[in-house]
Amino acid sequence: MSEVTPDKTLDARGLKCPMPVVKTSQEIKSIGVGGVLLVIATDPGSMADIQAWTKSTGNELVKMEKVDKEFRFLIRRLK
Amino acid sequence: MSEEPQKSVFLVMSGDFDHAFAAFTMASTAAAMGAEVTMFFTFWGLKAIQKGNLTGKRFFGRMVGVMNRGGIDRIGPSHFNFGGIGRWLFKKMMKDENVVSLPELRQQCIDLGVKFLACNTSMDVLQITLDDLIPGVEAAGAATVMAEAQQAQSQWFI
Repeated sequence: MSEVTPDKTLDARGLKCPMPVVKTSQEIKSIGVGGVLLVIATDPGSMADIQAWTKSTGNELVKMEKVDKEFRFLIRRLK
Repeated sequence: MSEEPQKSVFLVMSGDFDHAFAAFTMASTAAAMGAEVTMFFTFWGLKAIQKGNLTGKRFFGRMVGVMNRGGIDRIGPSHFNFGGIGRWLFKKMMKDENVVSLPELRQQCIDLGVKFLACNTSMDVLQITLDDLIPGVEAAGAATVMAEAQQAQSQWFI
């Protein structure tokens, strides 16, 4: 996660579906277009869901990784 | 992806806790994905958007009001309700798993701009008025929902 520095971090740990996606959609509006949001979640479903969300909203999933029991997503706001 | 926003329409017929949960979950997610979302509540579905006060003007309506007290905290699961014990149990189990509560999820829908419509005819039959529903709900009929559904890419019947 070193090459891209997030402008903001959303701690979605402990949240269950649908909240990680809902919070992501709200949080990304607080950064400018081109900015990067780091989302940290523990819900295993978020792996598929955040991907689906970025795909249908037209934002870019820069990176996705699993660190221990956490899922980390770097999302660049494109619109 | 096209620039036109996607549209989703939900026809919520059920007044059961699990069904309302599915409806608000999918509606909030659709809105989070940038869709314009309309939820149309009909018949027992109205329970999910009632304030919870006693409803009904005449005898039978009053009876329905007493037997089926609305209000989002009062609706029970479709199975294993056991006269309210199931409702309490499921709420507790969901809280233990840190699942968002039904009232919070409904509020989330409102915050995300989901439009709530209430079925005119159902309200008349059950003797419920807009004053018995949470603020912001508009009354509408089948044609409104059908027109919206025809414009929508996904339609849900719950």
